[in-house]
Amino acid sequence: MGRVVLVTGISRGLALRFARGLTGEPGIDRVIGVDVTPPRGDLGAVQFVRADIRNPVIAKVIAKEDVDTVVHMSVVATPGDNAGRSSMKELNVIGTMQLLAACQRAPGLRHLVVKSSTTVYGASSRDPAMFTEDMPPKRLPRSGYAKDVYEVEGYVRGFARRRSDVTVTMLRCANSIGPRITSPLAQYFRLPVIPRVLGYDARMQFLHETDLLEVLRHATFAGVHGTFNVAGDGIMTLSQAIRRTGKPSVMVPGFAAMTAGSLMRQTKLVDFSAEQVKFLTYGRGVDTSACARVLGFRPRYTTAEAFADFVESLPPGLTAPSRLLVDHVGAPVPGGDRG
Amino acid sequence: MADAEIIPLGTRGRPGRGSGRTKPSAAARNLAPARTAPKAKPPVEPAAPAESVAPAEPDPVEERAVAPDPVEQRPVEQPPAAEATEPDVAAPGAHDPIDPNEAADPTPRPGATTRDRMPGIPVSDWAAALATGAREVLGEAGLRHRINGDYEVDEYGFDREIAEKLFLAVLRPIAEKWFRIEVRGAENIPTEGGALVVSNHSGTIPVDGLMTGFVIHEHAGRHLRPLGADLVFRLPVVANLARKAGATLACNEDAERMLSGGELVGVWPEGFKGIGKPYSERYKLQRFGRGGFVSAAMRTGVPIIPCSVVGAEEIYPLVGNVPSLARLLGVPYIPITPLFPWLGPLGLVPLPSKWLIEFGEPIRTDSYDEGAADDPMLVFNVTDQVRETIQQTLYSLLMQRRSVFG
Repeated sequence: MGRVVLVTGISRGLALRFARGLTGEPGIDRVIGVDVTPPRGDLGAVQFVRADIRNPVIAKVIAKEDVDTVVHMSVVATPGDNAGRSSMKELNVIGTMQLLAACQRAPGLRHLVVKSSTTVYGASSRDPAMFTEDMPPKRLPRSGYAKDVYEVEGYVRGFARRRSDVTVTMLRCANSIGPRITSPLAQYFRLPVIPRVLGYDARMQFLHETDLLEVLRHATFAGVHGTFNVAGDGIMTLSQAIRRTGKPSVMVPGFAAMTAGSLMRQTKLVDFSAEQVKFLTYGRGVDTSACARVLGFRPRYTTAEAFADFVESLPPGLTAPSRLLVDHVGAPVPGGDRG
Repeated sequence: MADAEIIPLGTRGRPGRGSGRTKPSAAARNLAPARTAPKAKPPVEPAAPAESVAPAEPDPVEERAVAPDPVEQRPVEQPPAAEATEPDVAAPGAHDPIDPNEAADPTPRPGATTRDRMPGIPVSDWAAALATGAREVLGEAGLRHRINGDYEVDEYGFDREIAEKLFLAVLRPIAEKWFRIEVRGAENIPTEGGALVVSNHSGTIPVDGLMTGFVIHEHAGRHLRPLGADLVFRLPVVANLARKAGATLACNEDAERMLSGGELVGVWPEGFKGIGKPYSERYKLQRFGRGGFVSAAMRTGVPIIPCSVVGAEEIYPLVGNVPSLARLLGVPYIPITPLFPWLGPLGLVPLPSKWLIEFGEPIRTDSYDEGAADDPMLVFNVTDQVRETIQQTLYSLLMQRRSVFG
């Protein structure tokens, strides 16, 4: 008898792709997708159950379907099309609480995989260069997505204590990027002119979308207990990333960055929250050695390669090699000449 | 009663502290092992202007920047009796009788850098340095890959290309022509593997850190990775430049990560206490933090290399501070020097003091057992040992330096 996997947040593209990919795997009997709104894409062999994880109904789904693995992917960074911050917080925090409560009452549950985010470390000038999993954030997040993630992780740790027979894998993923990603950061890099904070150059790591799906799949099968940072190898600075897009950038002084951010938020250009501005100011780096050593996963794309793949999906920028008035002999191929 | 003699306790009526003997105490003698100096203060003549020093040298050789004559090497162990007692070091007559001694000195420790006596950087040097830097970074094949972002930074944000081609090129004339840095003990810098360079800190603006990094790259071919204070990474532009130049935040996590990664890490444990101390307290080491650098070195088992910098104290003599304004701006101090802020931006030009940098023998930390880093007493002891070494070296370097601008 194979395994029964429940995936939350299936209405989002990534969760759907992950669930669809799982259905073909050997050893997997059924994949159940749960969300409030039905997914738009092709479901394939995934069973869709319309249920709200903020509601105790989810417990019945887990019990009735005999679920042994839960992949929690519905901690979201953006409120979505028709909802505000309060409903996003409710979905993230209350949803996780209800889901974990249901999991605790499910005797057949063996694995829990939670997709968390490196946002939990925050971003400040007092950060160490590279966060390892045991380092707490230097400043506790006070609002927004980062606070949600921080609270969700707290509940997951509590669950792991109470149900020590369940292997809990928490994946702190760096900003995912790729041609099909529509995160706030990806939208930011899609702007025609990219604003950045004057006098700072954030360090960034990216995780390619296929690597994100791959690490979730790996964690589902590996069943390794613990918390792991997941990010592509290497670091890029924001200025470097902007140059690789070939787009012009405009410097915004630090004190005006918040105002500019909320202005862009209102005009629906980019969803710029306070923590996003901080991330674009100070940046963040995470140490991924535990992921390779303990979890046994290495991303296929490095940070630079992941970003190069994303840039290829953009229309060529002003300073792209094809537009520069220089001879092409020996011109660097974008992303192809990592040292 | 009227003619009762009032004798202050312990001094037999003579001014000063201690036993009242005219000879310096054993501790004071230990501080100056080379001789019995009647003056405890370093031979500093802040009043002696540079131009009065320069023409005092009748050396025919000195105009040539690279004199091949080994006799001209400035010896470091000259008998300094005449110098220390004479208030007028720069007087032309004072040196003439010493010069033969110098030449005959059997063990002259060679200074490692240029022996230009006149501080000052020709405009052509500046132009050349900037042009070289610009050409290296922007010119030829460089421009394209900089614009396209096709370069590498390490996980601390260190941009090796910019650091090597631009920063070092800009620092070179300052180090060689303006401060005329002399380096001693460069062989103590390990050529590979992790090591922790611990240095004194002075000069109102951390120019000494830049210069130490420069001479290490010159002599050992390695990049010094400085650990900077919180403030460095909070300030715009400064934060960006610091990371590009290879610095990272002074915290245990980063220090241990860099050291175990085999980097040559620089730390200035005095911090703002050292760099922002008034001019009257020059060359007096401040408290060495909490000894976090020692425990980081012990945990990673890397040697500690004490580094003493003489000369940085005089570049911006800090004679005053505006604490209320500093608090308002959130910085540790607002410096007032003889030239700043009175001369405006011109006051930002550092005084051309003569610099000596000495690297001491490495202090090994790999012989301690496992839990040594968590033994506070041991950590304090090693911290004190490093601090004493640097302080002693500072005193002996000060004895060897002929004058502030000499």
